[in-house]
Amino acid sequence: MDQTGAPGRVELSAAPDGTAMVRVSGAWTLPHFAAIERSMQPVKTALPAQARLDLDGLSALDTAGAGLLSVLLGPERLRAMLDALPDLAPERRALLETVGCAVHDIFAHPPPQPYALGFIGLLARIGSAVEAIWLQTRLLFGFVGLTLETLARNLLRPQRWRMAALVTQIEQTTLDALPIVSLLSFMVGAVIAFLGATVLKDYGASVFTVDLVSFAFLREFGVLLAAILLAGRTASAFTAQLGAMQAHEEIDAIRTLGLDPIEVLVLPRVLALMLGLPMLTFAAMLAGMLGGALVCVLAIGIPPAMFLSLFHADTPLRYFWVGMSKAPVLAFLIAIIGCLEGFKVTGSAESVGERTTSSVVQAIFVVILVDALAALFFMEMGW
Amino acid sequence: MSATPAAAVSAPGATPVIAVADLTTRFGTQTVHEHLDLDVPRGVILGVVGGSGTGKSVLLRTIIGLRRPDVGRIQLLGEDVYAASTAQRIAVERRIGVLFQDGALFSSMTVTENICVPLREHTALSARDARRLATLKIALAGLPQDARDKYPSELSGGMRKRAALARALALDPEILFLDEPTSGLDPITAAGFDRLLRTLRDALGLTVYMNTHDLDSIHAVCDRVAVLADRRVLVAADLATVERYDHPWVQDYFRGPRGRTAGAVYADAVQEA
Repeated sequence: MDQTGAPGRVELSAAPDGTAMVRVSGAWTLPHFAAIERSMQPVKTALPAQARLDLDGLSALDTAGAGLLSVLLGPERLRAMLDALPDLAPERRALLETVGCAVHDIFAHPPPQPYALGFIGLLARIGSAVEAIWLQTRLLFGFVGLTLETLARNLLRPQRWRMAALVTQIEQTTLDALPIVSLLSFMVGAVIAFLGATVLKDYGASVFTVDLVSFAFLREFGVLLAAILLAGRTASAFTAQLGAMQAHEEIDAIRTLGLDPIEVLVLPRVLALMLGLPMLTFAAMLAGMLGGALVCVLAIGIPPAMFLSLFHADTPLRYFWVGMSKAPVLAFLIAIIGCLEGFKVTGSAESVGERTTSSVVQAIFVVILVDALAALFFMEMGW
Repeated sequence: MSATPAAAVSAPGATPVIAVADLTTRFGTQTVHEHLDLDVPRGVILGVVGGSGTGKSVLLRTIIGLRRPDVGRIQLLGEDVYAASTAQRIAVERRIGVLFQDGALFSSMTVTENICVPLREHTALSARDARRLATLKIALAGLPQDARDKYPSELSGGMRKRAALARALALDPEILFLDEPTSGLDPITAAGFDRLLRTLRDALGLTVYMNTHDLDSIHAVCDRVAVLADRRVLVAADLATVERYDHPWVQDYFRGPRGRTAGAVYADAVQEA
């Protein structure tokens, strides 16, 4: 902006007839905001009740300058002073009156007091955080119930099954995740074999590396790695998809068209994961054992045929089922958390980010929690 | 901003603040604008009308520098928008304000923080002064004061528009671009919006470029109307001239039932005044 001229200033002086004059001069514009405010300080304290306004020296005025002048004089007094200035240019008068009204509104509504800090504030925050966790847990259980109910209603009516959506979801969540799950499991398998080889060598028991790898991957790591990857990869995708739909009122549209969003959006995703995660778990088990076998062959010198026969002799089949039985449960929880967080999006871009983060954190937390509980259970049962 | 807005308003036609010359816009094989010319003098409130799909929004985006034209030249405040250096372009962008159709407020910030963004980025104001000025802009835009610490998602559509207007006006721009400012507002709020625009134009010497469908707005505030049809600006003149323009779309638009009603209301209002 090309405001030319000196920065705006204001001073008090006495008119020839003795009344006080508020003399306003220079450019009262945004770039001079601080300078104008400095020159206002002495005037503010000395301002008499009766005064006249002199705007002749004013070279430029914008809303920022008009706002400062209104604050200095007070909106009511400014209005009275303007009425006493018949020669004022109409656009200046319009600006000062408009801004004066606005300042009047601000004075009429002082800002609310911020929250109390200190000990009481701390307690209040702890309380609201605990309440939020409780509400979230209740909401999650409610949503699980709702989904199961919808599933039960639709299970016996094959004409309501959404096969196209289901197959698409399986492709996106399972087939597309196959390379990364396999690669990751392969590498973790190799690392575990190395660890086992290093520790067991001192006891001359390197051969048990085979058992270590096969037990670990069949019982725990196959399903855990696949589930954690799915929690990061798919729970976030579900949240973002449903969140964007929620933000654009698409979910409301689904409802008003007489459709059930749970049936249309949630069931295909839940079922896709429940079918997909066991398949990914199987792939992860194979890839992990392959990684372990490779290390056994190259680093310990156990030939592949020996690896297979040791595996065959030492590892009971039920270990496979122990691992596999967890897959559908974890898949159900991951999908439910992803969808529920998506429904909780409230329109802002920030909320999508917040909910996506929350969904991944919750999903990974629940996966590890459930896996730990299951490990305890299976151990106590002696399976 | 000009030091003497009154003189500028009374003498339009000097140098246009917006000059579009020989603009052609294509999307793939579809041509939206062809050899389009448009000049907007300082201090004018221009309403741009046109059927859906005639490229009103695209034209606005091209003028404010968001979409490079396929052919043609855009001058904004005497600066060629797409040939200027980055520093020149930023200097021009500081002097314009844009109100997007849905407000485009930053959803992670409160209304006050939204308005503080341009104030803090482009001036040396302290955080406290920026907040005080933002409060003033909120009041100027006619937004209730209890809205200032709310987030955009907590506001109604009309309030969002007003908040976005307050942000567009933060730096006292010379040109204000509005995309459908009154769409989705109730008639009372829309009329208040029109009044506010006129006051700001008179007080600050604003030039307003407004895409609109709202016949009431056109009658109430626009000094000039530009009609977009057949891939160009068919006519850009005062309302009376445009209404008489012989083109089927223009006649349908202004002589249709809605156009006649709006015209009659404002003719009465003018007579009473």
